[in-house]
Amino acid sequence: MYAFEIERPTTIADAVKAMEHDGAQALGGGQTLIPTLKARLAAPDVLVSLTAIGEMKGVCMSDDGMLCIGAATTHATVAREAAAHFPGLAGLASHIGDPAVRNRGTIGGSLANNDPAACYPAAALGTGAVIITNTRQIAADDYFQGMFTTALHGGEVITEVRFPIPQKSHYMKFVQPASRFALVGVFVAKYADGVRVAVTGASEDGVFRWSEAEAALSADFSAKALDGLSVDADGMIGDLHGSPAYRAHLVKVMTGRAVAAAA
Amino acid sequence: MASVAMVVNGKSVTKEVEGRTLLVDFLRNDLRLTGTHVGCDTSQCGACVVHVNGQAVKACTIFAVEADGAEVATIEGQANKDGSLNVIQQAFQDHHGLQCGFCTPGMVMSAAALLKENPKPTEADVRSYLEGNICRCTGYHNIVKAIMAASGQDVTAIAAE
Repeated sequence: MYAFEIERPTTIADAVKAMEHDGAQALGGGQTLIPTLKARLAAPDVLVSLTAIGEMKGVCMSDDGMLCIGAATTHATVAREAAAHFPGLAGLASHIGDPAVRNRGTIGGSLANNDPAACYPAAALGTGAVIITNTRQIAADDYFQGMFTTALHGGEVITEVRFPIPQKSHYMKFVQPASRFALVGVFVAKYADGVRVAVTGASEDGVFRWSEAEAALSADFSAKALDGLSVDADGMIGDLHGSPAYRAHLVKVMTGRAVAAAA
Repeated sequence: MASVAMVVNGKSVTKEVEGRTLLVDFLRNDLRLTGTHVGCDTSQCGACVVHVNGQAVKACTIFAVEADGAEVATIEGQANKDGSLNVIQQAFQDHHGLQCGFCTPGMVMSAAALLKENPKPTEADVRSYLEGNICRCTGYHNIVKAIMAASGQDVTAIAAE
C-alpha cells in the first residue's frame, strides 16, 4: 500500500481536527479499508484511526428508550451488549464476517462505507435509526444515497447511532459464503405504528426500503401477507453469484423468513 | 515513522514503525516472531490470527500502531512455561488436527479465543467459530475434534467421514 501518516486521537474533538487535513480519511476497524488500501484503491495522505476514542464506544439505552451505540463499537460488542435490549440487531451483528472480523469492525465504519452488501445499513434503514455525527443528526431515510454514497460531508465523523427499538424484528441474510457478505439480506422491524422492511445486497442503488411489503406487513404481520407481492428485477445486482432475477426472488423469500423468525 | 509500544507474549517491546506497517509484518519482520503466518493477506484465511487485548483478530488487517499500548499474544507464547505444548496444541497433535500445518497457528489462536468465551462448545459452535479460518488440507474434521478434546469433552463420537 502507499505510505501515509496515521493519527490515533483519543477524543472526538481531536479526531475532527485531524480530519481537517487535506486527504484525510477516517479509519474505523479497518476490515474494509485496510484491504482497500492494500489493493491501492485508496491513497489517503492521513489516516485518522477512531478506535482509541473511548467516548465513541459502548452500548446504552437513552432516556427516551432508544438504543445508543457509539460509532467505534465493534460488531462483537454489539452482539453481546445489545442482545437483551434489541435481539434483532444483536443477531445481525453476530453474523457479520467471522469472529476475528467482528472483534475489529465497527458500526460507524460499516455505515460510513455503505457497502451495497453490508448488513448494518439494513438495520439502520429498517429501524429508521438516527446517525449522529460531530455536527448533526441524520435520519436513516436521508442518510443512504446509493452504493458507497452517504449524506456525510468530507471530514464529518459518525460518533453514534440511535435505534428506536421495535416490538419485533429480525434480520435474515442469504450469505455469500466466500465473503460472508449478504447476497441478499432483509431487516424487518414491527413498530406500534407500522412495519419497516429494508433490503441490502440486492439493489444497484444500495440499501432500500421495500414499501409494498411494509404496507402488506403493517396490515398483517405474517409471511402469508407477502403472497401476492413480487420484486422487480430491474436495477438488481447481477454478478457471478446471482442474476438480478435471482436476487429479486430472494428479497421476497428472505423477507418472509425474517417475518416468520421475528421476535 | 511512529513509535509503538506493546507487550507481546508478556515481553514489552518498543519500536519505530511506518504508519502502513501491519501488525503481522511487525511481529514477523521486526520481532522475528514468524509463527504467525500470512496466508491470503486479505483477511479471509485466518492464518494470521493473534490476540490483541485477549481478542482474536486478523493481524494482516490491523496496523501495528493500532496495537500501541496493547497486550498481544501469538502462537509463540502459547506453550506451557516448561516448553511443553499447551492443552490445545497437544490436542491438535493427539488428534492429528493438521496436515501441512500452515493454518495451524491461526487455528490454535482462534481455538484459544473460542474456549475462553465458550469453555464447552458444541461441534456446531466450533465449526461456526472457525468460519474465518481456512484449512485446505484436513477437511476440518480433526481440527474440530482436537478443539472438542481440548475443551475436555468426549470426542469418540465425532468420526471423520
